[in-house]
Amino acid sequence: MKVAAFNDQKADGRRWNLSERVWGYVFAAPAMTLVVLMALAPIAAALWLSLRHRLPIFGVDEFVGLANYLDLLGDERFWAALGTTLYFTCLSVGLELPIGLGLALLLDGLTDERTRFGRLAQTVAIVPWTVPTVVSAQMWLWLYQPDYGLLNYALARIGVAASIDWLADPRWAIHAAIIMDVWKTTPFAALMMLAGLKALPQDLRAAVRIDGAGWWDGFRSITLPLLTPVILITLVFRTMDAVRVFDAVYVLTGGGPGNTTETLSIYAYKTLFQSLQLGYGSALATAMFLISVILSLFYVLLLRRRVRDMV
Amino acid sequence: MDRERTCRDRWVGWDVASAGRNVCLLATVAMFCLGPLGWQVVASVKPDEELVRLPPLLPTRLTAAHYERVLFHSSLVQALINSAAVAMGATAVALVLGSCCAFTLARLPITGRPMILGVILMASMFPPIAIISPLYLTMREMGLQDSLIALGLAHTVHALPLTTWLLTVAFRQLPRELYHAARVDGCTPLRALLTVVLPLARPGLAVAGLLTFIHSWNEFMFALTLTASDAARTAPVAIALFPGLHDVPWGDLAAASVIVTLPVVGLAAFFNRHLIAGLTAGSVKG
Repeated sequence: MKVAAFNDQKADGRRWNLSERVWGYVFAAPAMTLVVLMALAPIAAALWLSLRHRLPIFGVDEFVGLANYLDLLGDERFWAALGTTLYFTCLSVGLELPIGLGLALLLDGLTDERTRFGRLAQTVAIVPWTVPTVVSAQMWLWLYQPDYGLLNYALARIGVAASIDWLADPRWAIHAAIIMDVWKTTPFAALMMLAGLKALPQDLRAAVRIDGAGWWDGFRSITLPLLTPVILITLVFRTMDAVRVFDAVYVLTGGGPGNTTETLSIYAYKTLFQSLQLGYGSALATAMFLISVILSLFYVLLLRRRVRDMV
Repeated sequence: MDRERTCRDRWVGWDVASAGRNVCLLATVAMFCLGPLGWQVVASVKPDEELVRLPPLLPTRLTAAHYERVLFHSSLVQALINSAAVAMGATAVALVLGSCCAFTLARLPITGRPMILGVILMASMFPPIAIISPLYLTMREMGLQDSLIALGLAHTVHALPLTTWLLTVAFRQLPRELYHAARVDGCTPLRALLTVVLPLARPGLAVAGLLTFIHSWNEFMFALTLTASDAARTAPVAIALFPGLHDVPWGDLAAASVIVTLPVVGLAAFFNRHLIAGLTAGSVKG
């Protein structure tokens, strides 16, 4: 019976394959259509908008070529926003990776996810990642409150006299946003690296112990090199995410005080939806998109082999 | 297996001296991770007069007034309903479209595979800000501004790349023979997908669905732009634009924050292992 069916299939092979191919296109079409209509087409439309002056309030809608991009080059606010974005990205990713790695090592050394304690530890660690960003911004607003916030109270208790106005002081505001971002996203970095640690061959790490090497030597010469690919991927994910930061800073400071915490996303958003300069705002958004593309290319170069395996 | 266990035990044994220190460290970690949320919970049950001074750290009496106000005298419930509708709709559509597309990528012999993967990869790279203005203009033109449908679609598209990728990995892990056996038995690819592949890929579906739901529940920029009134606003927007006349109503805000956070933290705690598997699947195993 089975053999007969198999022979049928063989004899019928070409048609079978053909119909499978048709099914393949039918299956892929809805998702592709939606992605093309709602992600690729808008990108093309944004590019088109960025070549125009479009100010709905004044009824202006004209083609101006690259004028918006030339304006961009001379726009101090754009360069400031770019600087803020890069500062935010470097500092928060730079803090998240080492802290996350430390957290991952701690969770790995102390817990086994098969035990209830290990699972509890992982659940606790993932909580900040699940909290909606907007909510976490409100939580930190409450902690940063200058007069009756917990942070200033704690600082006063340990003897720091001057109370800090975290979000109104231009020197502190961006750092307050970075601290919040570190709180929110370090767990994600830690869990990625923890999964990487769990995937390492256990006896290799055990061998280090038995050889009597110190913890640091073993970590530096075995664990760290083996973990490098995972660390790189975490770095890339976090960088791409931090560059487009919007809601955390938008709710925490709104870009203030005096635009000192304004990131590229926030500047583009304000230009698009508050001053309604759709053309110039689109040029800003396109610039952001290009920065993402450059970062992604860098990402592809870093992970070339893995990407090739994937395709 | 035995050897692995001895090695691991020895390794853990080596650390016994510092176990106490590690427990302290873990307690610090727990405080760091849960502290800000815990402080919000404390604020949500503090009477108003104790909110604007410190000490006392802990409330001298508990009050449910803040919860009562946000649940019965604000638009938060409407926002929660909107959020639930958008997130569930987006999850359902993303799972259906994602699993069809993933099935093609994992099992069917089509020629355009690199192109499909390229489109998916590109779509996952876009910062939302880069597509928000044309999307907003289109939705306005179609009369879909301030509607849950537009927002649900935006969230679906936003989630599709990850969903498709996770499900492709999940489908590829199933033995190819199962699908072929179903085909030989006369199933169409659609029936094979529905009756053989999908039931076996339930863990993958759970992971993809969970991540889509959480992303959609928490998403802010699309929700802020594509909705305008209380009737369509989702919970994060309601929290961000929390109405306060002169002072920030810290207690009410805290209560609302706790309510909005509970569903996702609950889901994460309950599906903890699935979630971690999903978050790390594309990177470590892929």
